[in-house]
Amino acid sequence: MSRIARRFAALKQEGRGALIPYLEACDPDFQTSLDLLKAMPEAGADLIEIGMPFSDPSADGPVIQLAARRGLKAGATLPRLFGMVKSFREQDNDTPVILMGYLNPIEAYGLDRFCVDASAAGVDGLIIVDMPPEEAGPMQGPAKAAGLDIIRLIAPTTDDNRLKLVLNHASGFVYYVSITGITGTRSASDEDLRAALPRIRAATDLPIAIGFGIRTPEQAASASRIADGAVVASALLATLAKTLDPGEQATPSTLPSVLTQLRELAAAVRG
Amino acid sequence: MTDGVRANSLRNGPDASGHFGDGLGGRFVAETLMPLLLELDEAYKVVKADPAFHKELAFYLKDYVGRPSPLWFAKRLTDELGGAKIYMKREELNHTGSHKLNNVMGQILLARRMGRTRIVAETGAGQHGVATATVCALFGMKCVIYMGATDVERQMPNVFRMKLLGAEVVPVTAGAGTLKDAMNEAMRDWVANISDTYFLVGTVAGPHPYPAMVRDFQSVIGDEVKVQMQEAEGRLPDVIVAAIGGGSNAMGIFHPFLDDPSVRLIGVEAAGHGLDSGKTAASIERGSRGVLHGNRTYLLQDENGQITEAHSISAGLDYPGVGPEHSWLYEIGRAEYVGITDDEALEAFQTCTRAEGIIPALESAHAVAHAVKIAPTLSPETLLVINISGRGDKDIFTVAEHLGVKL
Repeated sequence: MSRIARRFAALKQEGRGALIPYLEACDPDFQTSLDLLKAMPEAGADLIEIGMPFSDPSADGPVIQLAARRGLKAGATLPRLFGMVKSFREQDNDTPVILMGYLNPIEAYGLDRFCVDASAAGVDGLIIVDMPPEEAGPMQGPAKAAGLDIIRLIAPTTDDNRLKLVLNHASGFVYYVSITGITGTRSASDEDLRAALPRIRAATDLPIAIGFGIRTPEQAASASRIADGAVVASALLATLAKTLDPGEQATPSTLPSVLTQLRELAAAVRG
Repeated sequence: MTDGVRANSLRNGPDASGHFGDGLGGRFVAETLMPLLLELDEAYKVVKADPAFHKELAFYLKDYVGRPSPLWFAKRLTDELGGAKIYMKREELNHTGSHKLNNVMGQILLARRMGRTRIVAETGAGQHGVATATVCALFGMKCVIYMGATDVERQMPNVFRMKLLGAEVVPVTAGAGTLKDAMNEAMRDWVANISDTYFLVGTVAGPHPYPAMVRDFQSVIGDEVKVQMQEAEGRLPDVIVAAIGGGSNAMGIFHPFLDDPSVRLIGVEAAGHGLDSGKTAASIERGSRGVLHGNRTYLLQDENGQITEAHSISAGLDYPGVGPEHSWLYEIGRAEYVGITDDEALEAFQTCTRAEGIIPALESAHAVAHAVKIAPTLSPETLLVINISGRGDKDIFTVAEHLGVKL
């Protein structure tokens, strides 16, 4: 059983949903993001998403765009990112790690080599924003061979016919993009989420995590109950950004601020 | 738009999933947009087969855009260069001053049929933005134009024009504030406003069906050249030269000739300070395959797959990618792609203006520059067509600055 499957099964036993925080690799520098990654499980992260910085994150809002830019400025590359995960795995062999990003840097690295190296570093799953199922063919084989889940995205615009297509070959969990919009902007209401989930549940046995627009502990708690997990990204990155000095460098308050917020989210999810 | 296409035609692309050749093109977008692209694809298939749509489009192209545009025999330039017989396809005579209106007219009619009421578009030099704002005024649609902040600065007259036409112009400060960043922002707007908004793409790039659809709407250029050259010389042209940013004017003039192997097709990319200077917009000659803005194509990128900034004196060519069909024509060798530097384009801008009394857009001046380069090496029987994709009024400030003239 994969780390992702194991974790969701364990949470089901516990009777609660997952909290899935996000950090951007090398934001604002390699060591800070590595320290943050290492501190996240203790602060309540059940799974962790790491953003792979890209120059043109066209599905992301300003907060993640700026985080990606800081990461790139600090020298984020895929080998450094794999180094981060490897170092994390030395202390934590249970918390699933998912990489989220865009296709071009992965293709530049080479699909096969990417999957092999990501898996060797201890990565469990991939979310590739601009790789819809229709274009996922070339990635399918290498990801499967390396034991990586390709986590499929479902949007409010995904109709029932398309739902079948998207869920075909899906593994790990399903990521429900709860709003039509970019990251970190508006939020879906509980009613919207309650209406959307049964349709997806009927189409898959995989756990479902909700992302986009989840900011507060209340929203995280609610989403993690309606679905099986809640992803919080922009809200944490915004907190991190606020602690940086004018030169965009980390300050002594950077880690504590983000981790305090993560603890509040985790407490709410644990109800 | 599709007459004369044969079974084994180079004009049949892309395939049903939007691919040209080995994996170029396609639809690389967030899931939220996929259903919209599929809907657009269906809607476009319907109008493509609908004679009433073509009749409506033909009406607007003739009486509003001002088509057909003339094919001008550039006698003075021909005599001066002493080689190939040079013709100019006068797209700069279209309403709003460029070829952009051909495509925009087609897409706005489609958007109306799809019941959309709000239009978003990206623009570089502002030619596409002005064309889009114009049809939105014509049909009373809400119009939002995303334009890089740097381009807003260097293309003030076009920004003012768009505002006069009733469009909201949103300066984009991300990245270097050029066309690439405007494209990201327009996509973000679309994904956030899918219920009423139509994304009116200005070039032969982006996710399927845009590259094919924009090409089809621009093919009116090449279709006319075919007829006009027949009338003027009784045969096909030998060489066609067109500038390439995203590549819509070039694709429009090339496409009807793809199955005519005697016709040499030359796409002119902006080499900026020089192909090897690191300050260039030559995506085919100095780029590599990658995925950006919804399609797989040639891109300027670093070894880590991060997109690099393009540079050109022409804001309209300043894009680190190119339409996927051009990438395919390059890979199969059907079209040639060359580079022209900022300086060469500036020189050609003046040559064309003085010799023919036609002030070309800086974009088009790149095509003129390459024609000037090769014409003397060709025989006087050679028929060479330059696509004058736009007029240069918008560029006189840039040109004056480079010539050290204060306006």
